[in-house]
Amino acid sequence: MPGVFVLLEHDRGVFAPACEEALTAARTLGAAINEEVTAIAIGVTGSDLLPLCSAQGVSRVLALNDPLISDYSPELWGQAIAEVHEAKQPSLVMAVGTDKGNEVLAQGSARLNLPFVANCVSLERQEAWVATRLQWGGSLLEDVTVEASSIFASFGHHSVTPERVSLDGQPSIETLELSLDPNLARSLVQDRVKMSEGATLSTASVVVSGGRGVGSAEGFAPLEQLAELLSGKVGCSRAVTNNGWRSHSDQVGQTGTRIAPDLYVACGISGAIQHWVGAMAAKNILAINTDPEANMVTKAQYAVIADLHEVIPALIAEVKLRREGQSKS
Amino acid sequence: MEILVCVKRVPAPGSRINVTQDGLAVDTSNLGFTTSPHEECAVEEAVRIVEEHGGSVTVLTLGSALSEEQLRYAASVGANKFVLVETDGEHDSDAQQTAEAIRETVISLEASHGIFDLILFGNESADSSGYQVGIRVAVSLDRPMVNGIKNIDVGDTQITAHREVDNGYEVYSLKAPAVFGIKEGINLPRYPTMKGRLASKKAEISTISASASVASQQRVRLHRPEEETVETTILGNDATAAVKIADLLEELDLL
Ligand SMILES: Cc1cc2nc3c(=O)[nH]c(=O)nc-3n(C[C@H](O)[C@H](O)[C@H](O)COP(=O)(O)OP(=O)(O)OC[C@H]3O[C@@H](n4cnc5c(N)ncnc54)[C@H](O)[C@@H]3O)c2cc1C
Ligand SMILES: Nc1ncnc2c1ncn2[C@@H]1O[C@H](COP(=O)(O)O)[C@@H](O)[C@H]1O
Repeated sequence: MPGVFVLLEHDRGVFAPACEEALTAARTLGAAINEEVTAIAIGVTGSDLLPLCSAQGVSRVLALNDPLISDYSPELWGQAIAEVHEAKQPSLVMAVGTDKGNEVLAQGSARLNLPFVANCVSLERQEAWVATRLQWGGSLLEDVTVEASSIFASFGHHSVTPERVSLDGQPSIETLELSLDPNLARSLVQDRVKMSEGATLSTASVVVSGGRGVGSAEGFAPLEQLAELLSGKVGCSRAVTNNGWRSHSDQVGQTGTRIAPDLYVACGISGAIQHWVGAMAAKNILAINTDPEANMVTKAQYAVIADLHEVIPALIAEVKLRREGQSKS
Repeated sequence: MEILVCVKRVPAPGSRINVTQDGLAVDTSNLGFTTSPHEECAVEEAVRIVEEHGGSVTVLTLGSALSEEQLRYAASVGANKFVLVETDGEHDSDAQQTAEAIRETVISLEASHGIFDLILFGNESADSSGYQVGIRVAVSLDRPMVNGIKNIDVGDTQITAHREVDNGYEVYSLKAPAVFGIKEGINLPRYPTMKGRLASKKAEISTISASASVASQQRVRLHRPEEETVETTILGNDATAAVKIADLLEELDLL
């Protein structure tokens, strides 16, 4: 009676939006391999879990508790998973491949010396486990087979379309009191600092981004002005952060931020694959580039083939003009 | 502070990643190679910590003999010692094999040179992006490990580290020996100086062969995700395009 274990990611009792994806993927897999799905919640109580269970159709939960688990800790969470794995021997432990989802699965699988397949977009059990996973931040897919009776696997964040199922009746919530090695509390979160409120680069509805073509740190002033007019954020390419023109927190791409705005304005950015994977979820892309062959141009819905230093100021003027017209009428 | 940094040689593709005919590898015939950006920042961070607190930076890579290029680059920006754990380079090792070979190397280096106060990895490698080699090594050495680190502050008894979360960061406080997975943005890596470049040519590299262990993950095929082809609408070729862009903004309800 092995089973599928799915980790519910939460921050001090607040469940992450990714849980919906994790549960959807787990239900599909559980049905495909004909094994029962159990949600694993670490450091939360049964009453915290009830609303989530009824909203997301979770019928079985194992709540893992230990006095040491007062907050997030990669080692305590990883060890908790390893201990419940040894007790219950599931076929599969899964989560969504967020920073913490991947970290906890890596910690758990390392403790058991079992394979961990990160960021799958599909997973099946044939004679061996067969997965397709994201590499290069999503620019490439890898088909792999995994030889092990039990494996750990995460699903790429946003690669599962979440489906809600409501629960009839009461969920079964079993609490396991662990007694973890106090030594592992060494990597517990000590403090938290909030930096900003409101929209961030990853949640902004408009992102105005500049690349090497902007030419200097000062060259970003018009882009900032445009972003402000459109209530958006400024982004940039790695060429820009490497030159020290802007802080890395503005970088879009594989090693920067992934964005999904309604409109992405890419100015003087060639569209290297590592930049593209961070921007491709944008609903509309407008490329402003002097090179009609640039990858950013050929992949964008809209393009202007011209010098950004001329187009952006003209656009700012046009936007202001129309705004004034609106306020007069 | 004695610091070890683990880096991986990866191809640096441009606008798209091509795959070899057999589907088993990235086609690197026209490509340069680089160190993953997160790891480049890890090397820089280690060099800065040693500049401030003394000690030395050892850089380790597991890969084919060609990975020497990435070790020499680390030498040109200030790292001190270099270890190449050599593989035949024919297959990309799986994460468990890589971690096991690194663990064995760390144990043997520490037996002769003493314990590393810090071991730094990248948050994830640029190519295989397995999110686990550093964590596996830390667990096998029973050392604390936190991934996703964007700030390190070395104090007298504690090492404080920040991890980015939505709208802010979490603070961790670890005692050495500790392990971190570093994210790009923790610093802005320096460029090699002429002097650094010259010195890197003479840097001594110790080479050991990677131990053979069995892989549990086997690559069947690499392929590109399906791409939608889009028809690009050209809104203009000079500043007068501003009018059409503003129309588009109105259409998208953004004005
Ligand atoms: C492992 C790895 C990870 C990476 N991660 C990232 C990442 O997260 N984000 C990222 O951005 N990059 C990343 N990169 C780097 C990436 O490969 C490119 O080097 C980078 O994106 C190039 O930036 P760019 O487009 O600004 O510069 P370039 O490629 O130099 O392009 C400049 C563009 O500006 C245009 N231009 C010049 N002047 C003007 C003008 N006056 N008006 C209009 N257009 C003009 C040019 O035609 C050209 O298209 C990564 C690389 C590697 C190897
Ligand atoms: N072949 C290798 N040689 C040295 N370090 C490696 C190697 N592979 C992975 N690493 C390190 O482990 C980190 C995580 O890798 P991965 O688990 O592949 O995402 C990387 O950022 C590197 O610091």
